[in-house]
Amino acid sequence: MNDRSGMTVIVKTVVRISASLILLYGAYIVAYGQLTPGGGFPGGVILGGAFILLCLAFGKETAFRKLSVNAASVLDSAGALIFLGIALSGYAWGVFFLNFLNKGIPFHLWTAGIIPLCNIGIGLKVGAGLFGAFIALTAFRVVKKGD
Amino acid sequence: MLLIILLIFMIAGSIIALETKNLLSAVIAAGAVGAGVCICFLMLGAPDIAITQMAVETLSLVILIRATISRDLTHITAQREAGGLVAVGVFMAVFVLFSTFALMEIPPFGKPLMTVSSYYVQNGLAQTGASNIISAIILDYRGYDTLGEATILFVAVAGAIVLLRKKGRKKAEEKDE
Repeated sequence: MNDRSGMTVIVKTVVRISASLILLYGAYIVAYGQLTPGGGFPGGVILGGAFILLCLAFGKETAFRKLSVNAASVLDSAGALIFLGIALSGYAWGVFFLNFLNKGIPFHLWTAGIIPLCNIGIGLKVGAGLFGAFIALTAFRVVKKGD
Repeated sequence: MLLIILLIFMIAGSIIALETKNLLSAVIAAGAVGAGVCICFLMLGAPDIAITQMAVETLSLVILIRATISRDLTHITAQREAGGLVAVGVFMAVFVLFSTFALMEIPPFGKPLMTVSSYYVQNGLAQTGASNIISAIILDYRGYDTLGEATILFVAVAGAIVLLRKKGRKKAEEKDE
């Protein structure tokens, strides 16, 4: 951590400890969305926020080593396609958005059929998408003609 | 009672965000209003919405400060026009008058339980297996709406990345201008 990019050493130390905990909390919010308050959208926002925190504290090169813009856009598209694929595969049983999987026992983790899978898809999509939007708004420099 | 104090706090924050001359103060006042909305949702018994509001509010505040304020710090020096203020006052008075008549007619908050929502509450756990009724509604009963929201977010992010990226992609045979 000798490079000069990013913020001071206090911020970097705090972020090094807390970024993984924020990621873990976002993953918990996504995975337990069918049991407790939360779900794909807030969990995805927290996941994206962890990477934005890395990008603010350590500079964009460190954040790009963890998650590059191309990987973010691939994850964004993959999440959208997972959600759309689950919705369309309901047609195999006749109805759009049919909950075709086994419902399971209530109050257990893998219950509620397609709902956890949809949450994971939305979480990937929202997290990677917000990170990509943040990078696009802040890190990309506008190159004027003649520069 | 606490809800009314929060509402007054949020109204004051909105007016400060409109009237202050410094753009950074306006963004922070808008963030305070968002935090007040989050506490209101929590007190009305909607933890799902409160979590979403808190996360989105924090992230959008960071994006706003980082993306706009760090580029150019704007101080607004122009005065507000008197005619515009009078027009806004008249329209707000008319709006408050008619909305008071309308709000006296609506049923009190949370009761009676509507037909559709009572159906969801009674059959949601058995039909979907999800103990969080909000997830059951937005991803199972109303999944089509959620698909539309996801599409909107996807198009917005894709547009931002495509418009603001550093290098354009072009076919090899096309020439530069």
